[in-house]
Amino acid sequence: MSRHEHTGGPAHAHGHDGYDADPTHRHPPRPDLEDTPLAYHQVMQMAVVSLLVEKGVVSADDMRAQIERMDALTPARGARLVARAWVDGGFRERLLADSKAAAAELGIDLGPIPILVMENTPETHNLVVCTLCSCYPRFLLGLPPDWYKSRSYRSRAVREPRRVLAEFGTDLDPDSRIRVHDSTADMRYMILPMRPAGTEGMSEEALARLVTRDSLIGVAVPRAG
Amino acid sequence: MNDARRHHDMGGLEAGAIDRGEHDKAPWEKRVDALMVLLGQRKILCVDELRRGIEELGADAYERYGYYERWMASMTNILLEKKIIEVGELGARMAEIESGRREALR
Repeated sequence: MSRHEHTGGPAHAHGHDGYDADPTHRHPPRPDLEDTPLAYHQVMQMAVVSLLVEKGVVSADDMRAQIERMDALTPARGARLVARAWVDGGFRERLLADSKAAAAELGIDLGPIPILVMENTPETHNLVVCTLCSCYPRFLLGLPPDWYKSRSYRSRAVREPRRVLAEFGTDLDPDSRIRVHDSTADMRYMILPMRPAGTEGMSEEALARLVTRDSLIGVAVPRAG
Repeated sequence: MNDARRHHDMGGLEAGAIDRGEHDKAPWEKRVDALMVLLGQRKILCVDELRRGIEELGADAYERYGYYERWMASMTNILLEKKIIEVGELGARMAEIESGRREALR
């Protein structure tokens, strides 16, 4: 999404090295190259962090450690849970009933916010969105993708989920039902996709590699490869 | 469009095709995210406050700012509200950083 564009009219025909021949010509509201809104908030971030460090609220080490913790949270964590659920029916039941306790069995901490795991079936496909902002199961999947936070996805996922899925290349049986889950700050969702046909006899590790981030959000389904 | 809605409340509205492009988070974006988590852990700022602050930026800023710009603006406003930082020292520190940056670019 570009922020400032010249709109309408023919290609730009004025010199920038002197003055504009047409005094009514106006440039679109665009900041100086070194004074973009991005830079402004970057400076604000640097200033706020430095003040908070001075006041002893956070330290530079705290910041580094948290960035490392966040970088370590990847969709591979969610994929591990799914692969285990595919090979172990008891685990699948426990994951659907209490994801935090089930994840703890694999040494995975789901964090402070409850995550509900919703199971796809031949009849029902599940899709996750956060219409109000960007709530996402970060402890399982890391940071949300850009499109998850976009106006288009947030607006349309609840209105025309089948068309949204088609845009992601996911064409569902027209008779299937789609359940859309709108996340909140206090309740987040992960999808348990269906195990693809043709994966009998695959190891749990190999199965986990089939489970993509997008299939855990519900915009895609895992493929046998 | 239902006038009772606020600008962030966009579920079900018409919107264009989804841009599926993604970018790697820039270091400054990761720092904003990390700061929010740390302030949450210290019970200084919770995620509901963050969202309230984002919603209060108004429709214009909401559309103009990038995702983590909205976060930073909201977090700063709430830290000021709670008097954890104050506006004079923030302005002075930002000016200092800006001028240091201009020097470095020279």
